[in-house]
Amino acid sequence: MSLSMQLPGTEPNHDVVIEIGGLPIEVQTTDAEFERILKGRYRDYVRPGGASQFALRVELTPPETFDADADAEVWMEDREWQMTRGDFRATWNPIDRCGQVWQSANPFSIDSVLRIVHTLMLAPEGGFLLHASSAVRNGKAYLFSGVSEAGKTTMARLAPPDVALLTDEASYVRKVDGRYCAFGTPFAGEFGEPGKNISAPIAGLFLLHKAPENRIEEIEPASAVQRLLRNILFFAHEPELVRQVFESAVAFVAAVPVRQLSFFPDQRVWELIG
Amino acid sequence: MATSEIYLTQSNDVAARTIGDDTLIMSTLDSTIFMLNSVGSAIWNSADGATPLSRIVHERVCEEFDVAEDEAFADAREFVDKLAAHGVLLVSETPATPKEIQ
Repeated sequence: MSLSMQLPGTEPNHDVVIEIGGLPIEVQTTDAEFERILKGRYRDYVRPGGASQFALRVELTPPETFDADADAEVWMEDREWQMTRGDFRATWNPIDRCGQVWQSANPFSIDSVLRIVHTLMLAPEGGFLLHASSAVRNGKAYLFSGVSEAGKTTMARLAPPDVALLTDEASYVRKVDGRYCAFGTPFAGEFGEPGKNISAPIAGLFLLHKAPENRIEEIEPASAVQRLLRNILFFAHEPELVRQVFESAVAFVAAVPVRQLSFFPDQRVWELIG
Repeated sequence: MATSEIYLTQSNDVAARTIGDDTLIMSTLDSTIFMLNSVGSAIWNSADGATPLSRIVHERVCEEFDVAEDEAFADAREFVDKLAAHGVLLVSETPATPKEIQ
């Protein structure tokens, strides 16, 4: 039997547990409208009921409280991560696994905070978020990475019906039982649709390069690590975090085939995948 | 050509790994990435703070890669200066003490 009660003078909770990459974060709010925004934005990633070992307390502030033109900055201070951008300010305590967010009632600020917090949670265990689209075919995950305009969203758009898209923007890579797995994310790019909330072992990472014909080319491991590092999302340049990301990239390339996919943007490119 | 000896020490502010013939170095201060080829890797991996550059060039570059000593030393010096400018390599006119090497 579970009991709950609201103390006099306190506001009711409208908490939402958002589970991405198998890591559930309880977003705590007392605002019913913000709860509705969260449930709409993260609908396939909302875990029904229950608390979580990770928590973000959101305090809603009036819009334009912060400098809207500022870039995101992340740094460590007194063993807590500090994050700030024009539209939010946030903290994350990696030991207590909780943090606080100050933002207006919009889905974009919390989305950025969640991305940053997930990168901070993944780094110590060798995982990362990658500028890449990703998809599952025949039970295996494939990642397609590259700089802006390299073709990440194009690969997602060209995917045939037997392919389940995980994301067209930010791929979620995490080690599970010693194997690198890709997870679906709600982080969408130009495609505008959240990925499917599933995961699969990663069978390959393709570094995208548009070309007149479709071709898969081998890459020297050191070059693969260098190119992978350029596409890993990490917002803080704290020395220990940089070391972790570097080691993660080296370990990933040692375990997962990383090749260049030169491709002409039509559906035939998927004949080479899976 | 009379030149004073210099000694090289790998900075502690980097993450580095030799993979195959190449070495990747990432500055933990600004996340800049450097990729060294096999000759650069030979110099990097010999940067122990105690071995003078002239000996590194002689033993690890000229003998292994069949390059003339003067040309190799000039190229090595330019390479070292570039890495030193980014704080990746520390250059000294005296050998580093064991404490400094740690």
